[in-house]
Amino acid sequence: MSKLTREETESLIQEVLEVYPEKARKDRAKHLAVNDPSVEQSKKCITSNRKSLPGVMTIRGCAYAGSRGVVWGPVKDMIHISHGPVGCGQYSRAGRRNYYVGATGVNTFAEMNFTSDFQEKDIVFGGDKKLTKLIQEIEQLFPLHKGISVQSECPIGLIGDDIEAVSKKAAAELDKVVVPVRCEGFRGVSQSLGHHIANDALRDWVLGNRDGKTFESTPYDVTIIGDYNIGGDAWASRIFLEEMGLRVIAQWSGDGTIAEMENTPKAKLNLLHCYRSMNYISRHMEEKYGIPWMEYNFFGPTKIEESLRRIAGFFDDTIKEGAERVITKYKPMMEAVIAKYKPRLQGKRVMLYVGGLRPRHVIGAYEDLGMEVVGTGYEFAHGDDYDRTIKEMGDATLLYDDVTGFELEEFVKRIKPDLVGSGIKEKYIYQKMGIPFRQMHSWDYSGPYHGYDGFAIFARDMDMTLNNPCWGKQTPPWKVLKSDDALKAAA
Amino acid sequence: MAKLRQCAIYGKGGIGKSTTTQNLVAALAEAGKKVMIVGCDPKADSTRLILHSKAQTTVMHLAAEAGSVEDLELEDVLSVGYGDVKCVESGGPEPGVGCAGRGVITAINFLEEEGAYDEDLDFVFYDVLGDVVCGGFAMPIRENKAQEIYIVCSGEMMAMYAANNISKGIVKYANSGGVRLAGLICNSRNTDREDELIEALASRLGTQMIHFVPRDNVVQHAEIRRMTVIEYDPKAKQADEYRTLAKKIIDNKLFVIPTPLEMEDLEDLLMEFGIMEQEDESIVGKTAAELEVAAA
Repeated sequence: MSKLTREETESLIQEVLEVYPEKARKDRAKHLAVNDPSVEQSKKCITSNRKSLPGVMTIRGCAYAGSRGVVWGPVKDMIHISHGPVGCGQYSRAGRRNYYVGATGVNTFAEMNFTSDFQEKDIVFGGDKKLTKLIQEIEQLFPLHKGISVQSECPIGLIGDDIEAVSKKAAAELDKVVVPVRCEGFRGVSQSLGHHIANDALRDWVLGNRDGKTFESTPYDVTIIGDYNIGGDAWASRIFLEEMGLRVIAQWSGDGTIAEMENTPKAKLNLLHCYRSMNYISRHMEEKYGIPWMEYNFFGPTKIEESLRRIAGFFDDTIKEGAERVITKYKPMMEAVIAKYKPRLQGKRVMLYVGGLRPRHVIGAYEDLGMEVVGTGYEFAHGDDYDRTIKEMGDATLLYDDVTGFELEEFVKRIKPDLVGSGIKEKYIYQKMGIPFRQMHSWDYSGPYHGYDGFAIFARDMDMTLNNPCWGKQTPPWKVLKSDDALKAAA
Repeated sequence: MAKLRQCAIYGKGGIGKSTTTQNLVAALAEAGKKVMIVGCDPKADSTRLILHSKAQTTVMHLAAEAGSVEDLELEDVLSVGYGDVKCVESGGPEPGVGCAGRGVITAINFLEEEGAYDEDLDFVFYDVLGDVVCGGFAMPIRENKAQEIYIVCSGEMMAMYAANNISKGIVKYANSGGVRLAGLICNSRNTDREDELIEALASRLGTQMIHFVPRDNVVQHAEIRRMTVIEYDPKAKQADEYRTLAKKIIDNKLFVIPTPLEMEDLEDLLMEFGIMEQEDESIVGKTAAELEVAAA
């Protein structure tokens, strides 16, 4: 199907909105837009970070998911207590593929679930004492842990457990970091507030811990912020940052440690990948420690090159030369990848619906393969995310914020993209519709997709999905036979 | 057997709900009725006069000891006191922690599941914490529980405010279920024209002042001995007052959806009886210094 014009896209939005009752239609209309790259500010065309409508199928998470699942969870040498009933922790355990190095259960704990397992009596009488006991047990059973975070589930906010008091006392007794996080799920409209709350907790309980202490620094110390090492993404990024002469002193928070986080204020530059979930802490470090931060994009060689040169711009010639050296070194490899896959993927159209940064960051990688992203949207973005997105997307492409199950299905039916990239909740719907699908939260159990190494895997995965022979087998054999019979009969 | 009547007693904190309830229940028991009291207040002082105990061991306390409420048996939590009155206290946390409302919900669910509301009972009385601060304390008036609400009040301004607010809560549940306001019990504080005032408030709410319980020190004398007046001094005049209240409740047929007053109407009523002074709009928001200047 050829590209939709602006008018066609607008009328498509109107058609999809048609089925809603008036109030819902009015609200949803603000979250759907036809992209115009010339617009300076997204607030003129799309509304975001608002409460989802009751009755629609939204796939948003909650503040607890944003804090426990995204920001804190990957910090590997800490134990993260899901404080409250068992479900929140257990059903989100190890689901995000934040890879890490370590002996799980000995000195790293990211895949494990620790919970205070609230019972009725804990709700009625409060869970403070249980939390204290739980922390003591952790210390006994897992003495190599480097700290604890207390991630509040909903009931904690309702019954008002004083987790701050418990944490302070426990921290003094253990002589380790114990961080209370008020990320009750009912707070805010999506997981986004959970990111912010988690950032604030890091600011208040972690960041200043080594202020005034000595640190052997180099002029080339940088950090990777907002890379959760999904399928090894942060490793694939770190490898060539180091190759160009930088020293990565912290990873936030994929494969990260509490010590790295505490040392982050000693960095010369904070490199920010997921702007949405960690811009808060980056801004704070800029204000308090004067550390500049820079957003980068390591999806696909074009964006990588662009980012490397901008990163190098903060440093002296050694690093600038290092960046060029890295770019030159990997260029033939990237060219080989493109030469192999571009002919198989050229002209294919993609629709995305993901979370923090990918709805805009992966566009470049698709374009490197000759593909086009014709629709994109975020679960929990704010206006500043869309400011950054409208420039990346082509004219008259479709933008959808906190898209509902119905809307996305209708858009896909009409736009007929060659590939849909979204999450597990969408995957089987679109596959059953006969549309190739990639999970773009978990990389569909593949990855890494960041960096040079990641691009090769990304290209292979897209090809393997899009050009999978299964898509040509959608007509069942008996129907194929029938048409053969009909041909024979006609002959 | 007559149909079980479930009644909830609400009212401002400190108004004398527990004392009134227990004396009333004692009078009902004396009249041959089978009664159960369910204390819905973490303080757990709703049954002490019946049981002669300091405080009954509560459902939630026992549940916490046993591990969970499912580990309890009905006999563990049910005590029998004066006049074969069955007593249960829901219990809950000390002030400032946890969730007392959830304690009430848990305890009442437990009683229902365990069949505490057996067929022999004539009355169940829920004695509820002063303010309906959250859903937990409205538990006794939800579907299939208390159908009759009695509000204990006095001629004091805040008691009447509370009575009106509780009526608002009843309206909410009355519209979705069968709960009705059954009357105001005036527990006298010896304020001026108290009976008239409560009568007037009752009629404005669309209900009745079911009884005016005068103030009498014998109630305190009995309480020191952890007894009801009915048991401590059956011949006392006050015992007869509770007997009268009991009889009126047995015979009560006036169950209404209340018509709570707007704040202004309530204030007008209070002014009419001289409980509240006419508001002087000119002094609102003025500091002492400003008023001094204005006076000069």
